[in-house]
Amino acid sequence: MGYRIRRWIADHWVLAVAALVLGYLLLPVVVVAGLSFNRPSSRLTYDFHEFTLDNWRNPCAAPGMCEAVWRSVQIGFLTTVISTVLGTLLAFALVRHGFRGRTAVNLLVLAPMATPEVVLGTSLLALLVAARVPLGFWTVVIAHVMFCISFVVMTVRARLSGMDPRLEEAALDLYASEWQAFLRVTLPLALPGIVAAALLAFSLSFDDFVVTNFTSGTTVTFPMYVWGANQRGIPPQVNVIGTAMFVVSLLLMLGTALRRRRPGRRAGRAGGPRPVRLRAAAPAPAPVSRSGRGHHGG
Amino acid sequence: MTGARRRLLPYLLVLPGGLWLVVFFLLPAVQLGATSLYDPAGSLTDGYEMTWAFGNYPDAVRTYWVHFVRSFWYAGLATALALVLGYPLAYVIALRAGRWQNLLLVCVVAPMFTSFLVRTLAWKAILADTGPVVGLLREVHLLAPDGRLLASPVAVVTSITYNYLPFMVLPIYASLQRLDRRLLEAARDLNARPVQVFRTVTFPLSMPGVVAGTLLTIIPAAGDYISAELLGTPREYMIGNVIDAAFLVRLDYPQGAALSVVLLLVILALTIGYLRRVGVEEVG
Amino acid sequence: MEGAQPGARLRLVELTKRFGGVTAVDRLDLTVPAGTFFALLGPSGCGKTTTLRMVAGLEEPTAGRILLDEEEITRLRPYRRPVNTVFQSYALFPHLDVFENVAFGLRRRGVRDVTGQVRAMLSLVQLDGYERRRPAQLSGGQQQRVALARALVNRPRVLLLDEPLGALDLTLRRRMQVELKRIQTEVGITFVHVTHDQEEAMTLADTVAVMNNGRIEQLGTPAELYEFPATAFVATFLGRSNLLSGTVVGRAGEDVLVEAYGERFSVPVVRARSTAGAVLLGVRPEKLRLVATADEVPAGHQAVAGIVTDAAYLGTSTQYLLRTGWGGELSVFAAADGETRPVPVGQAVVAHWHPRYAFLLPAGTSGDGSAAPVEAADAVPANGAGPR
Repeated sequence: MGYRIRRWIADHWVLAVAALVLGYLLLPVVVVAGLSFNRPSSRLTYDFHEFTLDNWRNPCAAPGMCEAVWRSVQIGFLTTVISTVLGTLLAFALVRHGFRGRTAVNLLVLAPMATPEVVLGTSLLALLVAARVPLGFWTVVIAHVMFCISFVVMTVRARLSGMDPRLEEAALDLYASEWQAFLRVTLPLALPGIVAAALLAFSLSFDDFVVTNFTSGTTVTFPMYVWGANQRGIPPQVNVIGTAMFVVSLLLMLGTALRRRRPGRRAGRAGGPRPVRLRAAAPAPAPVSRSGRGHHGG
Repeated sequence: MTGARRRLLPYLLVLPGGLWLVVFFLLPAVQLGATSLYDPAGSLTDGYEMTWAFGNYPDAVRTYWVHFVRSFWYAGLATALALVLGYPLAYVIALRAGRWQNLLLVCVVAPMFTSFLVRTLAWKAILADTGPVVGLLREVHLLAPDGRLLASPVAVVTSITYNYLPFMVLPIYASLQRLDRRLLEAARDLNARPVQVFRTVTFPLSMPGVVAGTLLTIIPAAGDYISAELLGTPREYMIGNVIDAAFLVRLDYPQGAALSVVLLLVILALTIGYLRRVGVEEVG
Repeated sequence: MEGAQPGARLRLVELTKRFGGVTAVDRLDLTVPAGTFFALLGPSGCGKTTTLRMVAGLEEPTAGRILLDEEEITRLRPYRRPVNTVFQSYALFPHLDVFENVAFGLRRRGVRDVTGQVRAMLSLVQLDGYERRRPAQLSGGQQQRVALARALVNRPRVLLLDEPLGALDLTLRRRMQVELKRIQTEVGITFVHVTHDQEEAMTLADTVAVMNNGRIEQLGTPAELYEFPATAFVATFLGRSNLLSGTVVGRAGEDVLVEAYGERFSVPVVRARSTAGAVLLGVRPEKLRLVATADEVPAGHQAVAGIVTDAAYLGTSTQYLLRTGWGGELSVFAAADGETRPVPVGQAVVAHWHPRYAFLLPAGTSGDGSAAPVEAADAVPANGAGPR
């Protein structure tokens, strides 16, 4: 009997540990959601006190928070558009064309991801100050685009390299000019990757703190608002925003996952097992947030 | 499309993005180096003079070496914890989860769906003095009756580990998922017990993932200062806090720049040394 | 397809392609008659696919010309050539359904009403009713037929096929071969089919060109190539051959006298590609017969004595390996005609052949420069096919 128990433990202890770790990962998320329904006992304490729906009913009651969120949305939108365009062009050049200096461009694109965010932020600040450029909304956009390009390139590139180059040749063979081949074959097939890259860029920009902190001057984004609030007293509404971000991301992720289940929506391959898409960067379509950037942030 | 235009095309595609990166990434890097060599006696209002003040470096390191050490100590600790915690999770998802794989993966990246700062703040509530965790630890005497977890290295490291755990789990998962199950069967066929199978087959083959995960965790963790600021005191401050203060509070640009450059160089050296040690081919 | 000849005559003149230091296609001269089924056969890396891509316009030739009915198309972009390709991996557009895939070429050329033509073509390849399916929902054979329909619907003057049957299993491949032949005959377009499968080339093609190292070793009908190869490479790539290295020592009337391994052989001069110097005497294994002693060899036949070292029973035939007096190896395929008794291993036998089946090749003309009988006789053709 003791043997059976020992066997059971031996077989299952790994599962137990994994479950605990999973709990560790999900606990703060649950806490954030819980805190969004919390009325704290005072401005300076940050623990559970009383249940309330007020935070959700008046999310903008916290002074300056909604402006900060809106600022983050605006910056995020601009960053997404610019970095997606620039990054997609780069990705196409790197995947579909051979040219002199290709290795250098590859390194240039890879470098920001390998650089600590502190270094990215401070170096840009140093340049802006030396060039006497006033810090504000636009310098943040510039900074965000800078580090988002790398992620856009990685994401689009992954999609493109999975695409059979013969497809474009087939289009040419079937009387499509280079431009038509691009428009009717390459672009539709690359689109999911481009959309994923755009979502990734938005989430990276929206949640960036470190680089933004150095380059924003007096402009306040949502992460910076929270940072500042740490001294003044954290309004519970930040958890409303946090929870809202979570729900939106989750819905987007489910949405794309459901769309994928429709038959025939695969690029460059006829059927085959559904790939478990995983890269250290992010699961493709979901807006993901971290301390500003992916691998080498913070 | 003419031949000439076709040959020019890649350069045209690269130009906008490439230019942006050169101007806003490379150039600032150069400027950072330059700033680190400015005369420390200057100021933002009066302007800085370039005096090739290499002395800024030893000065900065001498003043803040504790923070450097602390940063890598916390980051190293967090990485080790992330490995110990993350590997079993990655293992289960890759090799034991079957149909639940995708759901579990979503759970792993779920924390990243909310704001970094907001979820770090959640630890303030979890580890609060009046919270269940502190209560339990006091109960079992792992903590003094008036002991705290907040404003301590424990809280900071816990938070850092938490925030970068997905970056450890995902590469290891990817590595394990690529594993050919038949190798495990072959090992069992050759009389290896489960622990031995793991030690001799599974773990070595997952090394690329482990190496990638380690790097992806320790590099950002070393520069992180959000956890230290939100959950710690100046006694727990890391080099990131110092650099933040240098640029934004004390406005001591040359020193801040010197510290940034040192951080970058140390991380670079660590990465190269680490990769060389494990063999670059291992990186997945 | 009625009217004037729908297929064009394809002519390649000194066509060359170099990639850096490597010459993939070396001054190829080739004429494909209009409306025929032409096969370009060779091992991987011989340059056949590169040649095809140059005709399609997907590669730019380094030198040489490509002419369609004497019109030069060498520098034209692919979308300006009346040529279409069926790709090895089919290259069906995954984001379009079968109908749109087939209609793609027509639409790019501005054809308004494509329905009729698309339907007709799908009928031709026996895929009626599949219009709305996606490529991912089709089997390999079905995808291949869609690829064919997609190319044919545009009525190209020349249809290029790049190993289109490579990914199919054997039964399906045989069936598709019959289909292709039928369609080509019905439609009358010039087909240029690239393959490494010699059996496929022989079955389908009116004319076959064997390519090796960027050059054409021999061009002719399948029968010509098989019965009278021009080089040792062709002799061993198409089916199997026993090759004995020897030297021409003289002429005797209509025959060439060859000395090989201390024995004398004669080969009719009409079966000799070379009449002087070092040569390879070739005989196909199925043309050899086994008898017990030299006395039983019919008059006029050539013979070699040996000992049976291996006998493999294959049902339709028995394949023997003989060790000759000089230590070489001969391959003999004895058809199972129900009368010949199997020969046991270790038995001394005499293998004989009628001189009209032998052929004489210049030595040193196999791709790997091998002239030794052992290697040549053991060379397995690319598809591992058995005796013919």
